[in-house]
Amino acid sequence: MRGARIRRWVIILFVLIAALILVSLMALCTGAAGISPARIPGIIYGGKGTGEYSILFDIRLPRIILGFAIGGALSLAGTILQGIFRNPLVEPYTLGISGGASLGVCLNIVFNWYGVIGVIAYPISGFLGAVMVILFVYGLSMKAGTLKTQGILLTGVMISFISSSLVMLIMALSHSEDLHGIVFWIMGSLDEPDMLLVWVAVIGSLGGLVVSFFFCLDLNALALGEEEAVHLGINVERTKRVLFILASFLTGLSVSVAGIIGFVGLIIPHLIRMFTGTDHRILFISAFLAGASFLILCDTLARTVIQPFELPVGVITGIIGGAVFVYALSRRQVSL
Amino acid sequence: MKKTLLSVENVSSGYGGELILRNVDFRVCQGELMGIIGPNGSGKSTLLRTVSRILRPRQGRIHLDGKDIGGMSHREFARKVSVVSQSPESAEMRVREYILLGRLPYFGKYQFFETDHDEALVERYMELTHVSRFKNSMMSEISGGERQLASIARALVQEPELLLLDEPTSHLDITHQVQILELIRRLNRELGLTVLMVLHDLNLASAYSTRLLLMNRGSVFKVGSPEEVITYRIVEDVYETVVLVEKNPLSGKPCVFLATEEDMRKGKKG
Repeated sequence: MRGARIRRWVIILFVLIAALILVSLMALCTGAAGISPARIPGIIYGGKGTGEYSILFDIRLPRIILGFAIGGALSLAGTILQGIFRNPLVEPYTLGISGGASLGVCLNIVFNWYGVIGVIAYPISGFLGAVMVILFVYGLSMKAGTLKTQGILLTGVMISFISSSLVMLIMALSHSEDLHGIVFWIMGSLDEPDMLLVWVAVIGSLGGLVVSFFFCLDLNALALGEEEAVHLGINVERTKRVLFILASFLTGLSVSVAGIIGFVGLIIPHLIRMFTGTDHRILFISAFLAGASFLILCDTLARTVIQPFELPVGVITGIIGGAVFVYALSRRQVSL
Repeated sequence: MKKTLLSVENVSSGYGGELILRNVDFRVCQGELMGIIGPNGSGKSTLLRTVSRILRPRQGRIHLDGKDIGGMSHREFARKVSVVSQSPESAEMRVREYILLGRLPYFGKYQFFETDHDEALVERYMELTHVSRFKNSMMSEISGGERQLASIARALVQEPELLLLDEPTSHLDITHQVQILELIRRLNRELGLTVLMVLHDLNLASAYSTRLLLMNRGSVFKVGSPEEVITYRIVEDVYETVVLVEKNPLSGKPCVFLATEEDMRKGKKG
């Protein structure tokens, strides 16, 4: 039994890793300047300095790496949240974290903080906004030492509304050039000029994956309900606390680096669950890999569909993700 | 005198500001099969939830094997006490995977997969509880009685010293009620498992328990053998209903009959 299951999981992982490599290669070769895969070794051999080398490794590769980190982080955060809330409609943005991050970035643009401390002001202000919301939601949902999960959901949705209203207020009052900056940022993009931030995102999301793995069995037990999990010896309060903070961190990181990219965290966990089942030991890593592939694919489409314009990647994730999901739903019963 | 396994000492407990249990005090000996009975709202489930550490006592102590349960870690407690709830949730997992979760308290800190020993235990207890025949079904697709059996198998692979059950037969027909209770009695006799269970049905409680604990309004009304607890005086007093208590002709255990108002009028005439 155990042997058969592990073999199955290895196959799933193998397929997902192969898909990730394939999608990344495709993304590397597609664009305004088409470069066939067969020429890549030659370009690498030729070394720096050529235009093609710079297109591949200075423009396209950073976007692929960032897509890997953000897609993985969002999908993992969605899987964690759907697991602790035992609610299939929860996604990273339900908790108001993205709203907080947007508000932070808006304030940054309006008050011109980026003019003072540089481009790094965007992620910093976004992250601070996200952290404020997390602390706020968390504080409001703690009652007598236990985290009320339903309370978190409702509080999060409300905070989301409040912060998006405030963002709209700021947009209504701001100058047109600020407005453009805000809209551009909110729509989400993997175009990140600062390589340091790209690596921060990669390390943060992979770190999150490692931490989440230590809680996969706890989350399996939580599927039976919080009291049953207590009876199985799980420290439910600690598990909820750590995983809630971890999911918030992953979401805050994603939003502050790449803006708001919806749907990945909602749909990928569901799609993957259809293949892996509800066991989080395989679900976490599968969702991470699939989310990464999905976002890299969507980003490639976003920058190639109507050249030379670039579509917001959030638009593509919404359209493709939604369509695939509705199709899958009609074909098969989806369950948590 | 047998060894005491569980001692509940002067415990008060409840939800929020409200106390439901007041000064509850009793002992369960090793190898006993004790039934908790009492009217709705008398605190039976609250008592079980306090003993199973879902609720923290406001006052008093609970000792298991002489050790305060408040001081145990979650895992340590789950290795000694397992709980079967009233209606186990129908999670989206296979019955076998569900039962395997009962081995979690024994997993090492960095252990992610079950050992051969875990698998052997799961197979053994699935056989014992007659779960094997539907072990590959989804928990959400089996009947209530089968789910209850699976839940008991899951509790058994925890290899507990004390098994707590909260009305394990409340949603089942008599076939399954008897099946579940016969199983629990067999576990009690053959494996020497100590059992504490809440039962709604006085006759089932009388037939299967070695001792009964009768709760009323959050306190212990009486503890004793079925013959001592189920008398018409005590039952009428606590349940505020007119009843007839007779000996079951087969077992000799006390058996409760309800008296409807019409029966009573006829009875008076005749």
